Amino acid sequence: MSNTLSINISWFAACKTTDVPVNGGVCVKYKDEQIALFHFTRRNEWFATQNLCPHRQQMALSRGMIGSQDGEPKVACPFHKKTFSLVDGHCMNDDACDNIKTYPVKIEGTTVYIGIEECENANEKLVA
Amino acid sequence: MRIVIIGNGMVGYKFCEKLVSKNHEFEITVFGEEVRPAYDRVHLSEYFSGKSAEDLSLASTQWYHDNNIKLYLGDPVKEINRVNKTIRSHNEVIVSYDYLILATGSSAFVPSIPGLEKEGVFVYRTIEDLEMMTAYARKAKKGAVIGGGLLGLEAAKAMMDLGIEETHVIEFASRLMPRQIDDAGSKVLRNKLESLGLRIHTNTYTKEIIGDRSISAMQFADDTTLDVNMLVISAGIKSRDELAKACGLQVGQRGGIVVDDQLQTSDESIFAIGECGLHNNMIYGLVAPGYEMADVVVANLTGGNKTFTGFDMSTKLKLIGVDVASFGDPFIQTDNTRTVVFEDTRKGIYKRINISKDGKHLLGGILVGEAEAYNMLLQTCKNKVVLPPNPEDVILGARGGEADAAAGIVDLPDEALICSCESVSKGDICNAVTDGCETVDAIKKCTKAGTGCGGCVPMLKDLMLHTLKSQGKYIRNVLCEHFSYSRQELYDLIKVKELKSFDAVLDEIGHGDGCEVCKPAIASILASLWNEMILKKGNDTAQDSNDRYLANIQKGGTYSVVPRIPGGEVTPEKLIVIGQIAQKYNLYTKITGGQRIDMFGAHLSDLPSIWEELIAAGFESGHAYGKALRTVKSCVGSTWCRFGLHDSVSFAIRIEERYRGLRAPHKIKSAVSGCIRECAEAQSKDFGIIATEKGWNLYVCGNGGSKPQHALLLAQDLDDETCIKYIDRFLMFYIKTADPLTRTATWLNKMEGGIDYLRNVVMNDSLGIAEQLEQEMQFLVDHYTCEWREVVESTELRKRFNHFVNAPEEKDPTVKFEPLRDQKRAAEWK
Repeated sequence: MSNTLSINISWFAACKTTDVPVNGGVCVKYKDEQIALFHFTRRNEWFATQNLCPHRQQMALSRGMIGSQDGEPKVACPFHKKTFSLVDGHCMNDDACDNIKTYPVKIEGTTVYIGIEECENANEKLVA
Repeated sequence: MRIVIIGNGMVGYKFCEKLVSKNHEFEITVFGEEVRPAYDRVHLSEYFSGKSAEDLSLASTQWYHDNNIKLYLGDPVKEINRVNKTIRSHNEVIVSYDYLILATGSSAFVPSIPGLEKEGVFVYRTIEDLEMMTAYARKAKKGAVIGGGLLGLEAAKAMMDLGIEETHVIEFASRLMPRQIDDAGSKVLRNKLESLGLRIHTNTYTKEIIGDRSISAMQFADDTTLDVNMLVISAGIKSRDELAKACGLQVGQRGGIVVDDQLQTSDESIFAIGECGLHNNMIYGLVAPGYEMADVVVANLTGGNKTFTGFDMSTKLKLIGVDVASFGDPFIQTDNTRTVVFEDTRKGIYKRINISKDGKHLLGGILVGEAEAYNMLLQTCKNKVVLPPNPEDVILGARGGEADAAAGIVDLPDEALICSCESVSKGDICNAVTDGCETVDAIKKCTKAGTGCGGCVPMLKDLMLHTLKSQGKYIRNVLCEHFSYSRQELYDLIKVKELKSFDAVLDEIGHGDGCEVCKPAIASILASLWNEMILKKGNDTAQDSNDRYLANIQKGGTYSVVPRIPGGEVTPEKLIVIGQIAQKYNLYTKITGGQRIDMFGAHLSDLPSIWEELIAAGFESGHAYGKALRTVKSCVGSTWCRFGLHDSVSFAIRIEERYRGLRAPHKIKSAVSGCIRECAEAQSKDFGIIATEKGWNLYVCGNGGSKPQHALLLAQDLDDETCIKYIDRFLMFYIKTADPLTRTATWLNKMEGGIDYLRNVVMNDSLGIAEQLEQEMQFLVDHYTCEWREVVESTELRKRFNHFVNAPEEKDPTVKFEPLRDQKRAAEWK
């Protein structure tokens, strides 16, 4: 990576905390992107990933069931049950399947913010 | 050391896999002619039944990269220079080698018939061949395959899957699969295949392919012709030895690169493995010997000392749903051998075993129509296990007593090869279990057994269970890592503790956070027990996607909508409403197999409005999305039909309305027929009812699907009330005791005592629970409400059906449709 490139996280307000179902997900629109936002109430954690399941290119992850495997939080795509780590986005039950992108999440008051990485020196966004 | 592998098929890949597992320092380069990395050619025909090229792939290009293997795809090697020890590829890549591995495989053997060049003539070998066939098949109605061997029949299956209306198999020899099975076995196979719609011509030699530009007919030696629009040639294989020949390696007269017991060619730096090699005048056209060859060469290159001394050609396969197997010497017939044959032309089963004269040892055999015993017989044969006093027991089962299925496996010696694809012995598997691999998946991962053809998986399970039992371990069918209970135990615990939400269940009797396995299973138990609205009490996110949105998710992320039409009876007014709604929301409509109407392509956010309109017109949820009662199909019955004995429609409506919304371990289907002609196909249902002169016959535990099974007669000549009472007991007993996602047929198959036991429970109340079962069912019936009505009436629940949480009025912009006839379809996914 070029050393002139520095990455900034810009936060946008996605929704209210109560908009997201307990232990479930919703889909958030950000410009032309679709982001799956999960409230893992049981663990008191929030996660965000791309909404697109890379297996069959379906916009569906936000409708998937969340859970854990050996303590690692994951989401299962409703189409073919590919499961992805909510921490680093790797596919947990198919080595051949691509990873998914994850986003940072922060809560301020009752608002949920999702962080988008932007490159400062390039006009291009790093996000896919 | 520099190793170059020419060929990236199954054997070439297996060689790489075995080589990198040895942790030696190698510089590995692979050249493949096809554009895809190695894929599973054995299961190629599954490409037509829905598997993608990706599903068939053995390893991604990333795998080669991660293992430091240089992979050139779509770049065939053009020349081997044995003096400089280099190869040159089509794209002019030149690589030096210390050892060269030829894994060039084979191509289809194509007999020389005039007219081969015409359009519509294919070979059956690679995914590209399949793609070309798929494209062409759209405009073809009649097809033929030349070759009635293993590959030919696979190709015929592929044609049927492609929707060819009439498929012919043309075989030159006098029987199908001449290398594997004898005349009698072939006859049984032929009858079976013909009953499935294949047309088979043996003793038939194709003289010419007729047609202008594309094929229109075939002409045979007796000058008869057959009109076809498509032809696949699958008459055998031919070793790809041209590269070897060109560089002066010794090849066989009829093809194949000559190799010795080390798989070394006439050049000591060059090896040949798989179908391109000719060992002892034999070309092995199966994957298992190819893998063994790869293993031998890898062992010898890494300091070991192994030889290849021939390979057993035993094989088991499923041809168009018919099991066929042959093992050992299938044909042997001498003074010192005896043959036992069992033939059942009604069921289409043929079994033959060849045994030694003294009846002690199994020498080989053939199985057609039923080959479950194959692995056991193969091991008995290979390991010279002494046969039981009545050798016929090994194909007929011990008669007049309960046989222990695992008994045979226990007798095998530790060296017995259980997985022949990966050469894993019984000892290896038992040791793995002792070392902590206590699931079949763990055994697969640790020993690789069962990862090839998968034929040995049932034996793996038996061995695992036996080994665990012998260690005194209690084997429990636990749900997943979050619950150490079986489904039946969970059902009882949740009931006793009166738990009503997934979270409460997890807190009380589980641990961790739950997952996609336990969530829907527990949600289903909760619904079966309490029949409360499934989206309330935080249970919405524990439902599988279809239940969570009360609709069936389809390609592209839209949903389908199925209102209940009990018994298939619908008024013209209601039909008009369905039509108007489909028009308004631009939905694709189709009549389902369960006599109702499915509307596809609904956006998530449209679902509540669609249902609002349906409910206003008097419809209710059809529960097509749930593991629940689906439909009770009916024939028109005695109100119109001149043969009908009773009013099957009215009874079907009564049954469907009684059990609507009933959640169960899996979906439940039913049907009522008004007479023995059985137009409603009740005997293929979880419970089916057929009118008799005196009342109703009740059949249970049938299903269609991938493993069809006829329902069995539970009780005869019942009046309406008794019939319903028995169904109450039967369904409730199923709901309480079945494993998750188990249909009634599988449930019954696993039940000790089978239908007799079930009949005792349901009719004779052998467990003393009949009254309780009836009461539990009555509770569920009394607490039924339409889930969609509840959603439509609740603003809170309706909110959950928006695609974007922060743009509720917008629909998913990535949803795409394509026109189809006068309607539309989901865009094909990648």
